[in-house]
Amino acid sequence: MISPSDFLTIPFDDVVNSFVRGFLVPNFRPFFRAMQVPVNEVLQALDGFFAWMPMLIITLVFALVAWRVVNRTMAIATIIGFFFIDMIGLWPETMTTLSMIITSVLFCAVIGIPVGILAASSDTAWKIVRPILDIMQTVPSFVYLVPIVMLFGVGMAPGIIATIIFALPPIIRMTNLGIRNVRKDLIEASESFGATYFQILWEVQIPLALRTIMAGLNQTLMLALSMVVIAALIGAGGLGLVVNTGLGRLDVGGATAGGVGIVILAIILDRITQGFAEPSTSNTSLLGFIASIFKGQSATASDKQKA
Amino acid sequence: MTIKMKVRNVSKLFNDESGEGWKRVQQGQSKEQIFRETGVTVGINNVSFDVNEGEIFVIMGLSGSGKSTLVRTLNGLIPSSAGEIWVDDVDVASCSKEELRKVRREKCCMVFQHFALFPHKTVLDNVAFGLKVNGVPKEERYKRALESLDKVGLDAHADSYPGELSGGMQQRVGLARGLANDPEILLMDEPFGALDPLIRREMQDELVVLQRELKKTIIFITHDLNEALLLGDRIAIMKDGAFVQVGTAQDIVSDPADAYVKAFVADIDRSRVYTASDIAEDASRVPLTARVSDAIAAMDRTETEIIHVVKDGVPAGLLTRSDVESAKTSARVMDIMHAHPPTVPQDAYLNEIYSEAQTGMPLAVTDDDGKLVGVVSAENIFEHLASDEEETGPDSITSAAI
Repeated sequence: MISPSDFLTIPFDDVVNSFVRGFLVPNFRPFFRAMQVPVNEVLQALDGFFAWMPMLIITLVFALVAWRVVNRTMAIATIIGFFFIDMIGLWPETMTTLSMIITSVLFCAVIGIPVGILAASSDTAWKIVRPILDIMQTVPSFVYLVPIVMLFGVGMAPGIIATIIFALPPIIRMTNLGIRNVRKDLIEASESFGATYFQILWEVQIPLALRTIMAGLNQTLMLALSMVVIAALIGAGGLGLVVNTGLGRLDVGGATAGGVGIVILAIILDRITQGFAEPSTSNTSLLGFIASIFKGQSATASDKQKA
Repeated sequence: MTIKMKVRNVSKLFNDESGEGWKRVQQGQSKEQIFRETGVTVGINNVSFDVNEGEIFVIMGLSGSGKSTLVRTLNGLIPSSAGEIWVDDVDVASCSKEELRKVRREKCCMVFQHFALFPHKTVLDNVAFGLKVNGVPKEERYKRALESLDKVGLDAHADSYPGELSGGMQQRVGLARGLANDPEILLMDEPFGALDPLIRREMQDELVVLQRELKKTIIFITHDLNEALLLGDRIAIMKDGAFVQVGTAQDIVSDPADAYVKAFVADIDRSRVYTASDIAEDASRVPLTARVSDAIAAMDRTETEIIHVVKDGVPAGLLTRSDVESAKTSARVMDIMHAHPPTVPQDAYLNEIYSEAQTGMPLAVTDDDGKLVGVVSAENIFEHLASDEEETGPDSITSAAI
């Protein structure tokens, strides 16, 4: 049979190789190096802070936040989860992972929310952003690990940059969606009172889109967590490294311990951010508080089934 | 009377990138034809009007007639394709964005059909929104917002959220929000259209009362002719993006410009259009001190069957022909008259005087000082309630009655 390759072969891999090695790396390496400076600064500050802060205080703060934004059951689950992590000896690694996650999500929010707002305010911008997001979400993360290592080197910061690329799309999509879904008549009403673009954005669009944006942030956070093990391949530490080491040594116990640590952290962070996404004004009242306990119990029960 | 808003030759075409639709409008093609052949929608077609200070100018039309588009061009929410819209000395159609914002903030606020309240803000913050975007400091803004809420009777609900209020209350908040900036012009886009009939009636009456005190210039959009006739000092009837007729309620009901308006007017509640003074006839009268002979002479002269006895112009009694014929001619009218004749104020609508008319006695129509200005009989009222669709003049009304 005849196939097109009989007539023409395209050395696509060579083209990419020469583009990355021959053009990007020699010309832009300093630029990419400079890019990881802010990431490194934030990461080191957070990592240092979590390493310095005693375990009990961190647990207490998380439990308190879980109690305020979710319910008492979640607060107790947080305490048990963190105690378990500490008792299996993975507390320092968990804190490293936590600071990596927070750094990635922070940068995702700082980049993603403005891009989402821009995409929502102009159809042209959305037409440009959308295919980029599609590519980001479909390209397997292993594909961009190599160029990232070439451009940024190995270590924590490149791992976080890979995580940012992986976790960015949902927050952009959800910000765009949330702002576009604000009722048109409310925008018209704001305009009719002489509000400027930024006044409408700040007074009407962002507050009304906040729940959707928070849902996007929650998705971003979950994606960032799922990237922890892959990022560890290029030198990011934390729980991912524990899993990878276990994998390399065929140490089932070590890999499982790291995995359980990630799952516990994921559940706690997910519940808390979901609690922010669905602010219930009712838990200031006694009745609402009691109701929220029952609601919370059924929610955690279904989570256990999922886990 | 000063003119607050001057609209000249305003047109609005949708989807007319090529200008083809505009050319066809100039040639006088119909809206339907232009849409079929070019896909261009003619929203507004060459509309001109003036709105006087302090009047309620109602724009009435069915859905698709372009009335909502028109009211949105007035504050630039929808930019017009052609024409001028003067609010005082600013042309909204051509001014800069800053000037337009200034007009919206200071002169021209809007009330929406579906309220368009911000669900995440309290009632007070909703009302204060216009002041906030205008940079009014917090304390003053809340003070003025509360005053505005007080006007619509909702100051007690300042801390509620819009979702907790009923439809009628929400629209009161919408009205309060429109009033908070103390604008000179209030644009109301079918404000009561989403309310159920009882609440709508209540809100209409309330707007009338409020307007008596505020004396704003109001441009009011509605699809309900009864509402238009009730509220409007002047009414414009709109069809296919153009004005068919502009006039007072009485003008439109008694003299419809074309078959379209006539069809509308056919089934409206006339009792809410005509006032007692519109249908009153000249009253014959005698002073309190007159003799019966004077009364008979007066009745013969004016060919009436009843006569009012007045004291300083104020109706004091009533005499019918049978009363005067059975009395001695030298008797004084004040001795045989029926005291306390039924009276109605001249600005009362017909539906407000039904109960007085039920007695069968003619009603004395009085002015603001209580002086007799005319007389209304039950037959009179019926004549004006009947639709004159088929008839051509007053003669045929009488023949129809027979």
